Amino acid sequence: MEQLMDISHVSYSYHTMQGETPALSNINFTVHKGDFLAIVGPSGCGKSTLLSLLAGLLEPERGSIFLYGQKVSQKGNRTIGYMLQHDHLFEWRTVEKNVLLGLEIQKKLTPERKEDVLGMLKTYGLYKFKDARPSQLSGGMRQRAALIRTLALKPEILLLDEPFSALDYQTRLTVGDDIGSIIKKEGKTAILVTHDLSEAISLGTQVIVLGKRPAGIKAIIPIQFPESASALERRNSPEFKDYFNKIWKELNENE
Amino acid sequence: MNDVSIAQQNFLLSQKKHRRVVRTGRLCLFLLFLILWEGAAQAGAIDSFIFSSPSKAALCAYGMLLDYSLFTHIGVTLFETIASFGFVILFTVIITVALWYNRRLSETLEPYLVVLNSLPKSALAPLLIVWLGANYTTIILTGVSVAIFGSILSLYTSFQSVDAEKVKLIYTLGGRKSHVLAKVILPASIPSLFSIMKVNIGLCLVGVIIGEFIASRQGLGYLIIYGSQVFKLDWVIMSIAILCILACGLYGLISGLEKRYLKKFS
Repeated sequence: MEQLMDISHVSYSYHTMQGETPALSNINFTVHKGDFLAIVGPSGCGKSTLLSLLAGLLEPERGSIFLYGQKVSQKGNRTIGYMLQHDHLFEWRTVEKNVLLGLEIQKKLTPERKEDVLGMLKTYGLYKFKDARPSQLSGGMRQRAALIRTLALKPEILLLDEPFSALDYQTRLTVGDDIGSIIKKEGKTAILVTHDLSEAISLGTQVIVLGKRPAGIKAIIPIQFPESASALERRNSPEFKDYFNKIWKELNENE
Repeated sequence: MNDVSIAQQNFLLSQKKHRRVVRTGRLCLFLLFLILWEGAAQAGAIDSFIFSSPSKAALCAYGMLLDYSLFTHIGVTLFETIASFGFVILFTVIITVALWYNRRLSETLEPYLVVLNSLPKSALAPLLIVWLGANYTTIILTGVSVAIFGSILSLYTSFQSVDAEKVKLIYTLGGRKSHVLAKVILPASIPSLFSIMKVNIGLCLVGVIIGEFIASRQGLGYLIIYGSQVFKLDWVIMSIAILCILACGLYGLISGLEKRYLKKFS
């Protein structure tokens, strides 16, 4: 499969007046087209920092990140989509205006692109809410709107920073499945950061296990399920438990 | 009302009654105050030369309405207040944006803003007269000086309190700092801006009256200070009453705008 992203020897530290806090050390992995990578690790290990680096919001102190052979930098990574923990839909904009925000910022709001986005709203059941305010949507619908806002920019790769963690458990399951299938349907490559192992296994094609801070990669575990298996079917399959135990063991080794 | 339950109807009735009682109470208090004052003045319990009376103030207002001089005084004060209010809002937004753009600038200026904000601005008015002369400019500037420093500090705090993740969102969508300002910071700060405006309209009026006390031949502040000097207390009382109405009206105007905005966007 075509290689999309190459992360080699990436390290990063935070600096404050009190001192230096190493967050990531020597991270190496590659992302291929169509992959769904799930990154798990103990809380505070630098998972979100890693995503910010991949998105070009931060510059690595050492090492390099390439997307299609081009170095990722702070200046315009228009092909990387990023989904945050909270939807951050703006209350002063309608749902439609919210999902068009990225195109508006990048000055790409052509009638065709707008049609595309409205089409996505239709496909994912939000069209009749396009003139509503975000507060009128349910938690799940809000996350869907946030995903459409990201997809509107037609990103090559999607970075998901615990996008379901702010939802209650029940909603999280359905929205997780929902978002997972949308990403699959749109044929996107994705990197998901999560602290929820079952979420990682039910959505991912590979799970990357990070260690304690400063985090390095402890293991990369390929996840194999039948192509057609939905997230729910994955959760119910016998292999699920084996993967869970394997990842659990990796996470808790030497601690 | 058909499908409303008895309990709900009772609740609504009791709420209505409560509001009616409060409103009547307010009105009665006001009337009682006027009647006592008028009565005391008529009966000679207080000297109406010094304390004036509602009827004398009203007659005075009527006389000044007939020769249109009252309109001039109200107009002048209103114009100065609205002008200084406009400048305050304009410069508050411009300066706060500049401070937000540049952390060095904001940290450098912060102690100065804090000191200027705590300084009693009436102390500046005599200086302004010497520098700029006794004219509109001085009065408007006095109004501006009373309100602007606090406004900048409040709006800057509001800018700072915008969720950092919302700011991050703009960067993830490929935006720059100018987009953060236009798409997040400014719209998110509009409710704070309204609160600032509500405080400021009153402060500007305070500043303008201070200015008129010392640098004017027209306006309600001039009427108050001149009236007290020549013992025309009717002028003073009338002007104070008009100031009350003016302050209420201006506040109500902004409050109405705010309500309209909030209704639309929440």
